[in-house]
Amino acid sequence: MGDSVICELQNITKRFPGVVALDQVNLSIKKGEILAIVGENGAGKSTLMNILSGVFPPSEGRILYEGQERRFSHTREAQELGIAMIHQELSLSNALSIAENIFQGRLPKKATGLIDKKKLFQDSQKLLEQVGLGGVDVKTLVRDINASQQQQVEIAKALSLHAKLLILDEPTSALTPAEANVLHGVMGKLREEGITMLYISHKLDEIMKISDRIAVFRDGRYIETLITKDTTVERMISLMVGRENSAAYTRARYMSEEDYNSRPVVMEVKNMTVHKKVQDVSFKLYQGEILGITGLVGAGRTELLQAVFGADKREHGEVYIEGKEIKIKHPSDAIKSGMGLVPEGRKAQGLFLEMNVRENMSIVNLKDQISGFRLIRRQEERKKVTEFNNRLRVKTPSLEQKIVNLSGGNQQKVIIARWLMNNPKFLFLDEPTQGIDIGAKTEIYDIIHELSENGMSVIVVSSEMQEIMSLCDRVIVMYEGKVSGELIHSDFEEEKLMTFMSGK
Amino acid sequence: MKDRVGKLKAVTGRTEFSVFLGLLLLTVAMSIASPFFLKTSNIFNVLSQISRYGIISVGMALVIITGGIDLSVGYVVGLCACVAAWLTSQAHLPWPAVLLLVLLLGTVIGTVNGLLVTKMKLVPFIVTLATGKILSGCTLLLTKGMPISFESSLAWLGSGYIGPIPVCVIIMFLVIIGGSVFAQCTLTGRNIYAVGNNERTAELSGIKVKKLKCSVYIITSLLSALCGIIVAGNLYSSDASLGIGYETDIIAAVVIGGVSMSGGEGTVWGSLIGAAIMGILKNAFVLLNISSYWQSVVIGIVIIVAVALDVLRVNKKEK
Ligand SMILES: Nc1ncnc2c1ncn2[C@@H]1O[C@H](COP(=O)(O)OP(=O)(O)OP(=O)(O)O)[C@@H](O)[C@H]1O
Ligand SMILES: [Mg+2]
Repeated sequence: MGDSVICELQNITKRFPGVVALDQVNLSIKKGEILAIVGENGAGKSTLMNILSGVFPPSEGRILYEGQERRFSHTREAQELGIAMIHQELSLSNALSIAENIFQGRLPKKATGLIDKKKLFQDSQKLLEQVGLGGVDVKTLVRDINASQQQQVEIAKALSLHAKLLILDEPTSALTPAEANVLHGVMGKLREEGITMLYISHKLDEIMKISDRIAVFRDGRYIETLITKDTTVERMISLMVGRENSAAYTRARYMSEEDYNSRPVVMEVKNMTVHKKVQDVSFKLYQGEILGITGLVGAGRTELLQAVFGADKREHGEVYIEGKEIKIKHPSDAIKSGMGLVPEGRKAQGLFLEMNVRENMSIVNLKDQISGFRLIRRQEERKKVTEFNNRLRVKTPSLEQKIVNLSGGNQQKVIIARWLMNNPKFLFLDEPTQGIDIGAKTEIYDIIHELSENGMSVIVVSSEMQEIMSLCDRVIVMYEGKVSGELIHSDFEEEKLMTFMSGK
Repeated sequence: MKDRVGKLKAVTGRTEFSVFLGLLLLTVAMSIASPFFLKTSNIFNVLSQISRYGIISVGMALVIITGGIDLSVGYVVGLCACVAAWLTSQAHLPWPAVLLLVLLLGTVIGTVNGLLVTKMKLVPFIVTLATGKILSGCTLLLTKGMPISFESSLAWLGSGYIGPIPVCVIIMFLVIIGGSVFAQCTLTGRNIYAVGNNERTAELSGIKVKKLKCSVYIITSLLSALCGIIVAGNLYSSDASLGIGYETDIIAAVVIGGVSMSGGEGTVWGSLIGAAIMGILKNAFVLLNISSYWQSVVIGIVIIVAVALDVLRVNKKEK
């Protein structure tokens, strides 16, 4: 790695109505390095990257790229100079093939004006090999490959633009550790080829592993750049949050074997089967319990939750609540019997993008804020939303802000608030802390813990080993649609879980 | 760039507002161009023209907000107008029975549209295009291509006055106000926007998406049926050509009024402004003695402008 600077950001400020997202930020990026960008939700990471890649211009400040001052008025201009960004939310078209996605809008043409399929496939194949997807057919539709492969395709797309500076915004937040590893391997290879990378992630251990330097942001300000090999996670966290941070999260107490013998079973799921995804899964949920469900992506965890909730077609399976069978045909039935579900994949299943924070948060509970004339009681709606907004410390300039303008982590908090507002007896959380910063994570864990102390039963689906181990009273491991193991907190061991996860 | 973004924001931030300015401008221009424009009789004439689109546009706005479209409205108007005339003059039914049966017919058509869209998961564009065709055939079968004239108190809805105000204008304002309150202030209204934003999220939030989508088609057909009676009542006669081409004008009114074709955004009352713009434009051709052939040209251009603005809004969204 040379010491020459490829890009220098000087005094960048970005204002949005009601927010200063970036405040006089300076940052220099060295050629061929992996520079990690860290900071809490809403610190301005994505905003800075959007500016660098030409999505929108800064309010003030200069961008020096390869020694020259640049102003990008369009992402295409940045791409032409070799700056490509992979956004927090993927932008591939599911119905197109891998090759078509890579060369979307730039398909190679023959002299006749028809698409040059041969060249398209060959070029795509080469790019796929470069990102470690050599074995995959370029004609496969994007919807048929998994999340990490989609990330790799995104990278291939960026490389097809001859990117010199590659920006990755939380690429691993939806990946399992194994998949993330593959991606890191690809990044390492690209670094050897001299490509500079900016890497945003809330997974700090990843950052320690893969990056060369770490730039820390807090509240829209640039704080400091650390050299990865000379620093520690603790130091990074304290810079991010602006104070010394406590050690890893643990709850005050977990359910013991005795608790399991004495506490009532509040929900029982029997023989749940979803076509091709879940096979004959049965489990019990105890009062005030936090039950983890883990496994590899594709193990059927999400489908199981959604089937219980009435959102996924089940072949058969019964749900009993306090001993009585409940017929659940639609999520509304599940909600009526006290369930709530925070789904995985914010954009696809969690958000009403064009609606504001208030409307997004109140949508489930609104039925309780209706007057005699069947009109919405605005005052009450606002009051309740304000209360939960404060309780979850959502960072937003106002409740009327469109949710699409909030940072990823804050969007997630709004979705969690949506369900807490409805005061459920059973809360299902599917990857609840995806893209959430370390401080907010602890806050959310605390809230989950408190809810369980008050008698609510929680199911957490998570791929993060640490999350399962520190949050859950009990864990069920799934493998290929079946339960492959079960442990209570006192028996938790990473090795055992890993063995169950691999189906052995 | 900064400038362009700023301008875009101004447009997108207050679509209804800028459309309203357009309406004012048009009104001022017309009152200068023609001394007759601001005459009370002409104003009520224009308003009663607008009322046909205004009433249905409430339903259409709701349909488009859920992300759908209804191309059958004009044919529902035609069929219902003819059925009303036939029931009165041939079957000799009393007017309350006619009213009830015609509204029931509207409900049935809406239900069929809704079920085909939700249960069979067919594309609304195709479904309503096809049902429209079927309805137009039914109308021709019923009338055998001849006009049916009739006498009935029901005609009051289309040709009556309360004081100086045409009844159909009053009905339009009632429907618009009712529709706006429904969309902005009720739970169902809020849910309609939610469905238009993201069906999956709406489903997971416990909203019965299919039922809701079905109901907006029913509302639209019901309003179209009502409009059919008004149109027939206005002429004391019906024939199969009534209602033809309504869907274009109504969709244009809705889009001009700021409802996004991609769903999830816009207001019901905005379509009233859209309908007013369309109505005044049409009136202008009559008052200014311009060939009505030009009318189609100009209205086509207005629609393109409105849709282009909608696309600009959407593009900005994607940033
Ligand atoms: N288009 C926008 N309009 C208004 N405010 C915005 C817009 N984009 C971002 N913001 C605000 O700017 C701030 C920084 O947001 P940004 O998305 O950069 O955060 P982030 O560091 O990427 O957070 P996360 O880790 O949650 O993704 C937030 O307070 C956000 O609400
Ligand atoms: Mg971000």
